[in-house]
Amino acid sequence: MKIRATQAIMECLLEQGVDTVFGYPGGTILNIYDELYRYQDRIHHVLTAHEQGAAHAADGYARSTGKVGVCFATSGPGATNLTTGIATAHLDSSPVVFITCNVGENLLGKDAFQEVDSTGIAMPITKATFLVRDAATIPDVMRQAFAVAATGRPGPVLIDFLKNVTAPSQMIDYDFVPWRENRRLESLRSLNASHQLKNPEPNRQDIEKLLEMIGQAKKPFLICGGGVVRGRAHREFGEFAEKLDAPVAITVMGGGGFPGGHSLTTGMIGMHGSRASNVACDECDLLIAVGCRFSDRVALDPATFASQAKIVQIDIDRAEIDKNVLTDHHIIGSARKVLALLNEKMPQYHHDVWKQYILPMRAPSVAAESEVLTPQQILDVIQRQAPKDTMVATDVGQNQMWAIKYLHFNYPGQLLTSGGFGTMGFGLGAAIGAQMGNPDKRVIHITGDGCFRMNCHELCTVEHYHLPIISVVFNNGTLGMVRQWQNLIYDKRFSATTLDRGPDFVKLAEAYGLKGYRVRTRVEMEAALDKALADGCGAVIDCVLDIDEMVRPMVAAGSPITDFLLKEGTT
Amino acid sequence: MKKEFSMERKRYTLCILVEDIPGVLSQVARLFSRKGYNIESIVSGETDRPGITRISIELLGDELMIDQIAAQCRKLLPVKAVKILDEESCIRREIALIKVRAADRAARDEIIQLVNIFRAKVIDVGKESLTIWVFGSQSKNTALIGMLEDFGILEIAKTGTIAIERGRSTIYDNNKLREEYDYGKNVL
Repeated sequence: MKIRATQAIMECLLEQGVDTVFGYPGGTILNIYDELYRYQDRIHHVLTAHEQGAAHAADGYARSTGKVGVCFATSGPGATNLTTGIATAHLDSSPVVFITCNVGENLLGKDAFQEVDSTGIAMPITKATFLVRDAATIPDVMRQAFAVAATGRPGPVLIDFLKNVTAPSQMIDYDFVPWRENRRLESLRSLNASHQLKNPEPNRQDIEKLLEMIGQAKKPFLICGGGVVRGRAHREFGEFAEKLDAPVAITVMGGGGFPGGHSLTTGMIGMHGSRASNVACDECDLLIAVGCRFSDRVALDPATFASQAKIVQIDIDRAEIDKNVLTDHHIIGSARKVLALLNEKMPQYHHDVWKQYILPMRAPSVAAESEVLTPQQILDVIQRQAPKDTMVATDVGQNQMWAIKYLHFNYPGQLLTSGGFGTMGFGLGAAIGAQMGNPDKRVIHITGDGCFRMNCHELCTVEHYHLPIISVVFNNGTLGMVRQWQNLIYDKRFSATTLDRGPDFVKLAEAYGLKGYRVRTRVEMEAALDKALADGCGAVIDCVLDIDEMVRPMVAAGSPITDFLLKEGTT
Repeated sequence: MKKEFSMERKRYTLCILVEDIPGVLSQVARLFSRKGYNIESIVSGETDRPGITRISIELLGDELMIDQIAAQCRKLLPVKAVKILDEESCIRREIALIKVRAADRAARDEIIQLVNIFRAKVIDVGKESLTIWVFGSQSKNTALIGMLEDFGILEIAKTGTIAIERGRSTIYDNNKLREEYDYGKNVL
């Protein structure tokens, strides 16, 4: 069947089951947008205020639904505005297909208007890039892109179409092939031959060896990493943890992989890890990390990290083994498959002595009473009043660490946070994507005053699409996390971190047609959140906090994991 | 037991089979610069298989570093196979073209003698210069260049190092080394 090239692009999206895309139009991508107009009954396009917002939204959509996100942008500045979003998806292994257009073949390389080497820029921050110069290759490229984005360790892919390729006069051969049958096509078979588009089969001997190691361990300790979340392996992980009967620490990316309120949870590990997690890591004799790459925020000092333990890494990506921390044993495979195989053969263990040593170190989870509002109180109120399955998108910095520390996440996709790239401004975009993908759930956006300023123009998207997203701004009038470092390490020289400036976030919310609240006490917070939840429309809650609130505990970068610079508690 | 990685800095050649598509060389080379590794030499050329290019990259490093970079390379979409070759396991060769000053007959004769000893060739003769072609290991070529320096070297053009494994096994044998290939070598 001969159809227009742009029509083939839309059909390929439908093949993959795409019904929502995010983006921002422009000169070179006009042909694709013209086609989207014809397909608007089947493909819902969400227009954001800025390409970065669209990129984060597609990312948030992918993380929260487990599907592949799709994001459009035009050439030049459209493509470069995506880059922060692409890098964010790359470092957190989120499957997103980014589609940009470039100038026509006749102008390529001539520094034409809005021309930039998009694939060249995106190369180090994607799993793959495709520059499409021949319309006939569109179906192959689209199918490959989706397969690559979603397979193995997921990640972003960029497709750059030259404008002439998308011209309405370009007619190409196309036959609809549902994505499940895609893999049998020649173009994907050849890719499969060298790159194995199916997840690797875990090695049985490796499984046996780990079971043996577990049998010998007296003080085992588990880390739940982002791989558990991306692989949707939470059930298998939960069963494994309970059978192993060991303390479980959760990394920033692992939030949602293991229930936050579970009796075995020791909370976050690493720089702002709880004392229980970090001491357990230091004293355990067997450390099993699932889907965790031991980033510098977890393994602050690789030389002393879990120095008494045999370290076992379970990961889908061969290249992560021995990258940051040398391991004693590893299993390559998806968290789900590996854990299922382990669960099959593992007996029930009991490590009561070890548990009774580690678990009591956990800090009390109730927020202390005080006259002024504290971060823990805000999160306490959210935890109590918001529905249990509320999705939370955070920004980066103190607000992020507090949210992950004090809120409980129970399923993959419940926590959306930029853990790897640490992108300020990620939260609101991600919240929009999550709400679009999960219309039945509540989405709360946790942000700081610094982060909120970076992307608050997306409030217009929240308003336009009537999204009931509640932005909770931890407004301490400073870049809190940077100030915390300046406080502790830079002798209180607060260089360029004080944000004593506008706008008034309540008025800003109102200007965008949303509800705005300002709260200074716990009681006010309770009332505001109640109202915002009941209203069912977008809202901003501006929470006034003390400028010197800190994230506790804290271990300085590069230090042994139990060398706390700041201890747990409030003093 | 943790895997023991030799910390000794050695000369490695990384042989990478890639699909011959635009930008593939820069994609591979960028990986090295992104990871902060210096490339000593890089050579790219056709293979016996249509559409497949072999990139040979020579670099100095320790075992852990080479393992890491090979693992990262395998993840690139156009990369079909990666092989780590060290000094013991492979044959390495490079070609150099050396233009050397030969002002008089005596100098010319002396240079030709040297060239014969090194089994190199004179490929161009001028009144004031000779151009020499030498093919061999890096140390041999360096030695010849050292000898020729006395006459005055005008210009040198060198290829990088190409390498191939000793014995029957080839880069196409995927299942030879468990560590390298068993685990689905290129799981994306």
